[in-house]
Amino acid sequence: MSDTHTTSGGKTSVWTKHQVFEKNSIFLLIGILVMISIGGLVEIVPLFYLKSTIEQVEGVRPLTPLELAGRNIYVREGCYNCHSQMIRPLRDEVERYGHYSLAAESMYDHPFQWGSKRTGPDIARVGGKYSDDWHRDHLRNPRSVVPASIMPSYHWLETTALDTAHIDMDMRVLAIEGVPYTKDMIEAAASDVKTQGSAEDSLTAAFLKRYPKAITRELGGVQGRLTEADALIAYLQQLGTQVDFKLYDDKANIR
Amino acid sequence: MSIKAVNSLSHYTDWTIGHVHSGALGWVGYVSFGAIYCLVPWLWNKRELFSMRLVNWHFWLSTIGIVFYICAMWVAGIMQGLMWRAYTALGFLEYSFVETTEALHPMYIIRALGGALFVAGAVIMAYNLYRTIYDGEPAKAAIEPNPALASGH
Repeated sequence: MSDTHTTSGGKTSVWTKHQVFEKNSIFLLIGILVMISIGGLVEIVPLFYLKSTIEQVEGVRPLTPLELAGRNIYVREGCYNCHSQMIRPLRDEVERYGHYSLAAESMYDHPFQWGSKRTGPDIARVGGKYSDDWHRDHLRNPRSVVPASIMPSYHWLETTALDTAHIDMDMRVLAIEGVPYTKDMIEAAASDVKTQGSAEDSLTAAFLKRYPKAITRELGGVQGRLTEADALIAYLQQLGTQVDFKLYDDKANIR
Repeated sequence: MSIKAVNSLSHYTDWTIGHVHSGALGWVGYVSFGAIYCLVPWLWNKRELFSMRLVNWHFWLSTIGIVFYICAMWVAGIMQGLMWRAYTALGFLEYSFVETTEALHPMYIIRALGGALFVAGAVIMAYNLYRTIYDGEPAKAAIEPNPALASGH
């Protein structure tokens, strides 16, 4: 009891010395800068000594122009507000959604679409899980395929013609950000949109050379033109399908 | 939430929403309300606010609103996090995703109620400030314009 009295009143108390910081804003500022610098150096400097923070994975390719147009719609409609695209390495998530997401799978996403809240399920690996028709019904009226769904209807997507007038510009911007779109890919953007959205034609082989394993199929058949829904479905159907997990060795990169 | 074990349960759920709203409504909101209640009489040169009773109403309505809001979100978050990782005795996932969404329904109603109370409190504040500005008693007689400064006109 008497000890605490003497220390709190004594001039040598560490709290008395600390008042230098409490009473002089410039010392406080310098103190904050020093503390943040230590934290920053400890956290950031080790990264400079890594060759790469993203492992190279076989199969990851940039999005095709049609898929990219679909991705733009995905972002425009704010799908990321309710759907995440990041399967965590937890038992239940892997069983529910599939193999946990790899950093490489979103390396060409600018910005990434990991999301922060699942009001709807994760869709990092929704590609190939449902048919194109299922997606079409689901976008028109989610309740028609999932009765308890609270997702809004996006019925206008299938009646709005897809506008790809600036898709080559999008690709050019992404190329600046590090996505390996070649000059050839950018020049062929408009025709690649049509090629991917139609059944096999003379240009399909060249298209598949640019974007290996991309799915081409008759999309805008009914109206004879591609709609926003077609582009969005092309985007959704490739999600999480680029890496072949029968071949992927998840032990190879353990450091 | 920066602890791995906690984050594995809370991430991607309404826990996060509850957490940020406790700060957004309770901290940022209340600091702003306090500043506005303090500044408006100063700026409009009024002796006091129109009604302290209404300020008390605002305080209690929004406090109860925040409690409803964030408790509903915390419960919803923990519930959904636990439902996602629930297994049956045979080792299967117990719930489909949409079942977890359905389970959140009552929480979302409580959340809406809490949010409505918070907005109601803000409406009361708006009325109180309006009456303060237009009907409030001046703090003191208006200051006479200084002839020396006005001579330039």
